[in-house]
Amino acid sequence: MSKLHVSTTVNGDTVEFLCDPRETLLDCLRDKLNLTGAKEGCGTGDCGACSVTVDGRLVCSCLVLGVEADGKSIETVEGIADGDILHPLQKKFIEHAALQCGICTPGILVAAKSLLEKNPNPTEEETRYWLAGNLCRCTGYDKIIRAVMETAEELREAS
Amino acid sequence: MNYHSPASFAEASALAANATGITRFLAGGTDVLVQLRSDVVTPDTLIDIKKIDGVHDITRNADGSWTLGVAATGAEMTEHADLGRDWPGLVEAMDLIGSTQVQGRATLTGNLCNGSPAADSVPAMIAAGVTVTVTGPSGDREVAVEDVPTGPGKTSLAKGEVISAINIPARGENGGDAYLRFIPRTEMDIAVVGVAVNLRLDGDIITEARVSLGAVAPTVLLVEDCAKAIIGSALDDAALDALAAAASAACNPIDDKRGTIAFRTEVAGVLAKRAAKIAYARAKGEQA
Repeated sequence: MSKLHVSTTVNGDTVEFLCDPRETLLDCLRDKLNLTGAKEGCGTGDCGACSVTVDGRLVCSCLVLGVEADGKSIETVEGIADGDILHPLQKKFIEHAALQCGICTPGILVAAKSLLEKNPNPTEEETRYWLAGNLCRCTGYDKIIRAVMETAEELREAS
Repeated sequence: MNYHSPASFAEASALAANATGITRFLAGGTDVLVQLRSDVVTPDTLIDIKKIDGVHDITRNADGSWTLGVAATGAEMTEHADLGRDWPGLVEAMDLIGSTQVQGRATLTGNLCNGSPAADSVPAMIAAGVTVTVTGPSGDREVAVEDVPTGPGKTSLAKGEVISAINIPARGENGGDAYLRFIPRTEMDIAVVGVAVNLRLDGDIITEARVSLGAVAPTVLLVEDCAKAIIGSALDDAALDALAAAASAACNPIDDKRGTIAFRTEVAGVLAKRAAKIAYARAKGEQA
């Protein structure tokens, strides 16, 4: 079968690409659109390193086909900062050293942003459950959770 | 691999009926794409049913029953407060599957058609008396969920047949359901044992019950002896012990890295008691 034409929106920009129906959204983001923030960790939806949102819904982009993105709106880690101005989550992650090797960080930022948009005042337990699908083998998670909890507090005070 | 995104279930059914080789339907893809990527199952034809109108709908019908579109996700079910009030056990069972990311895609239909004996939502659906509408080359038929799985990874659906709706009965008065599973951690794991209980009360006495066990046999089981053990009782200790004994007796599990035969058999009884107590409290309106 020939390649399929996909027209979608990524971080607010309309983009088009051709893809094989077997290619995942993650493959398409990384290899066709050069958006390499989302990482392939497991490729089976267990680790969350490829987290993006599709029409506002948090998903693993390794478990979405590129062709399924047609007509959808995709948000990736590349869309979180406003130009050179980091998102409060990104600032807090740096402040708390909530990352070491950094492979899981883009996925965790996307997932944490999605949490705070749905629930601006999550408990630590809710935060830990929400991020249970984002594996980090370096930090032991505490710094990540603290960074998310403090960002939530800061965003609540700012609003 | 040929990718299709038909506009109707009749078209989806016709595509599948005329396809050669391996055909898979794509709803949430949390199993199909994992199998595709790991070369376990490489479909020749992939039929994405998410472009069909209404597949994300969660609808409460005039008689109190519910119709769920086949692509309604776990996240959409959990966010639907009224569905959770009517069928908390079913919604919780679905919500136990995978991560937030998986919940954004995974569906009841996919969990059922994947055919895993450890599928969390399937015991809950069976206990609730859920049926599915199956669209095939000769039209629609309605099938009880317990009649769909026939073995690990296998279903009773014939070539060209596709599930086109999930039908959940009306909750009705004085009813409650619950699902519990055992996993060795708190999140992100596959059931070692799962138990769903759905019952209805007249005063303190149980008048109707359905009990379903997961991960203890080649398919999810609907266990009539468990229902008989508690119907007519007020869920006293004798009834609970009879329920546990019936649940353990129904087990025909395997030994594997997640649990031994002896462990699964024991735990099935323990979880049956606990799930029955929760369902009972819900039926009494004592517990959400």
